[in-house]
Amino acid sequence: MRKIVAKEVLAPGIKKFVIEHPQIARKRQPGQFVIVRVHPEGERFPLTIADADPERGTITLVVQEIGHSTLELGRKEPGDFLMDVVGPLGRPTPIRHYGRVVCMGGGVGVAEIYPVARALKEAGNEVVGIIGARTRELVIMEAEMRSATHQLIVCTDDGSYGVHGLVTRPLQEMIDRAERIDHVFCIGPVPMMKAVAEVTRRPGIPTSVSLNPIMVDGTGMCGACRVTVGGVTRFACVDGPDFDAHEVDFDELMKRLAQYRVEEQMSLEMLRRRIEEAGLARAAS
Amino acid sequence: MPREVVPTKTPMPEQDPKERVRNFREVPYGYTEELAIQEALRCLQCKKPTCIAGCPVNIDIPGFIDLVAKGDFLGAARRIKATNLLPAICGRVCPQEEQCEKACVLSKKFESVAIGRLERFVADFERETGQIQRPAIPRRTGKKVAVVGSGPAGLTVAADLIQQGHEVTVFEALHALGGVLVYGIPEFRLPKSILEAEVNFLASLGVQFEPSYVIGKTETVDELLERFDAVFLGVGAGLPHFMRIPGENLNGVYSANEYLTRANLMRAYMFPEWDTPIKKGKNVAVIGGGNTAMDAVRTALRLGAENAYLIYRRSRAEMPARLEEIHHAEEEGVQFRLLENPTRIIGDDKGWVKEIELISMQLGEPDESGRRRPVPIPGSEHRLEVDTVVVAVGQGANPLLISTTPGLKTNRWGYLEVDPETGETSRERVYAGGDIVRGGATVILAMGDGRRAARAIHERIR
Repeated sequence: MRKIVAKEVLAPGIKKFVIEHPQIARKRQPGQFVIVRVHPEGERFPLTIADADPERGTITLVVQEIGHSTLELGRKEPGDFLMDVVGPLGRPTPIRHYGRVVCMGGGVGVAEIYPVARALKEAGNEVVGIIGARTRELVIMEAEMRSATHQLIVCTDDGSYGVHGLVTRPLQEMIDRAERIDHVFCIGPVPMMKAVAEVTRRPGIPTSVSLNPIMVDGTGMCGACRVTVGGVTRFACVDGPDFDAHEVDFDELMKRLAQYRVEEQMSLEMLRRRIEEAGLARAAS
Repeated sequence: MPREVVPTKTPMPEQDPKERVRNFREVPYGYTEELAIQEALRCLQCKKPTCIAGCPVNIDIPGFIDLVAKGDFLGAARRIKATNLLPAICGRVCPQEEQCEKACVLSKKFESVAIGRLERFVADFERETGQIQRPAIPRRTGKKVAVVGSGPAGLTVAADLIQQGHEVTVFEALHALGGVLVYGIPEFRLPKSILEAEVNFLASLGVQFEPSYVIGKTETVDELLERFDAVFLGVGAGLPHFMRIPGENLNGVYSANEYLTRANLMRAYMFPEWDTPIKKGKNVAVIGGGNTAMDAVRTALRLGAENAYLIYRRSRAEMPARLEEIHHAEEEGVQFRLLENPTRIIGDDKGWVKEIELISMQLGEPDESGRRRPVPIPGSEHRLEVDTVVVAVGQGANPLLISTTPGLKTNRWGYLEVDPETGETSRERVYAGGDIVRGGATVILAMGDGRRAARAIHERIR
């Protein structure tokens, strides 16, 4: 059981939790994740560690409520407990001096690219940040990203804030201007990572993406998270989650992520009904 | 007492196959007191018993069976527990026909004594009547031992060392304790309540358990060595093998580990009351011939499969699974496809499994394993319509812990090298046993390793 010590709503449906776990707080490195289980009947699912405070013994997780389990987690409040938080898992993102790097985050992926950007800046890189969201109110952690980068570009799909368009647009423009880019790090929805990989492929800019396949145990035991990289099957939980974007079979990843769509929908509707009924019961009493 | 030789084992009552394929409850009900005595009386009480040597932990088999025959079931339980602390588990999952029962004198002409069933009976009797005896624990020595992994090897080490007065902490990566016993072996073969009872018993003796704690990640072995006097690694094998054939990453293709973990540990059969889903295939193919394959294919039936195929590249005689499980699978309607091997898995345009292509095999000369080598028959490819494939072709050493522990020597398969006398690894004060040393082996062999390592650890730290 792990205690939630703080919670903040970053954007509609995106919540930040600070959770007590001294060992993980001490150990975690950028790019690593935890496996969370909210309650005894709950699923095990991975969440990237957005931040940690080794002194206080806490880690920060940012969650987008998209399915049953993340919605349940989102309803937890400070003082509540999570059944399990396991980690830190996965290989850390290799942090070294690359030169000039671009750190890209899409949606809730901004929370995940943030520790990578900060570590790269601390390692002496010149860091350009490009973050994006569908619309203005879904842009998260802008201030944090500003502090973790030398230059930050914010994009919105609908143009309500910053650059109008996808994150690939400013990236493409940098490439067109022949700006120096030594490495691109990208975390976000699979279509975004795939699009970024396409943009950097031709100019041959080394690009790392952090993959988010379905996982169960997170320690290499079950093989649920297998992804094809360079024609070879890899386990994202122990071989990744970071991989060379130009080698990843994104189409396969998207198909595999959709495996339980029917079940997820069913389970989400059940939960919504339960929440609604609980709300009605409270209102009636 | 003059004894007449009874040629066949006393049958154990069990759930009707038609009924049990629709539930996850345990298949055999176990012996009644009368049946146990009846079976115990079949034992010849040999002057020079050969069965004991057939048991990796050398249980006093004639001794406990004699007590059963006399109706002293508690005495029998205690006799077993002098050497085996997990008889309720071993009685259910040990491959007795390859071990103690194979060595039984009766088996030369008739069916052997049902040693496993009797072991199970006395363990269940002791537990169900609430008469589990707590061993007297000596004064605390102040020495601390860390056990990594809560499977059969780890639990044995913990049990042995706590009884020597040492402090024991068991670390487990998953949230539930028992290792393969909890994620891998289905409830219809080993009810979780029995495992829980064994773990609770160890906890009542003072063993500390730390679930959801990944040694190698949350804390390294080197860090453990700073706060413990010795470390035992019983982390299992736990890296699923795939066949490296086209189509293995299609939706609906599972490793047996994932399939069984979803079904058992995460109780996907109770979805949506429990949150973890599983693909409930109509036509399920399980590849492999071991106990894991048998568990997976029987799980598929219970999840509602209309056709559950077991595809094995050798013949029935070479199947490594326990005989009892093969019988149970047959009774339940599993369709055995012997001497067939998958060559590729074919998907639809959405990435889901649609068919599996198989090639017929024939048996050639024996290979390194002593079993006759399966050889493909050219041009015999044919297809089978399936929507789910479970790959149960064995596993390798999970590198997670080894890669974060410098100086641990491994063999060419990635398993740990240990001193055969003590179980000590190439790192001082670090011991290992079970599947991480042997590769995929059995529960009782893992326990034997645990026992040997516990003895060596005690010698070193006392």
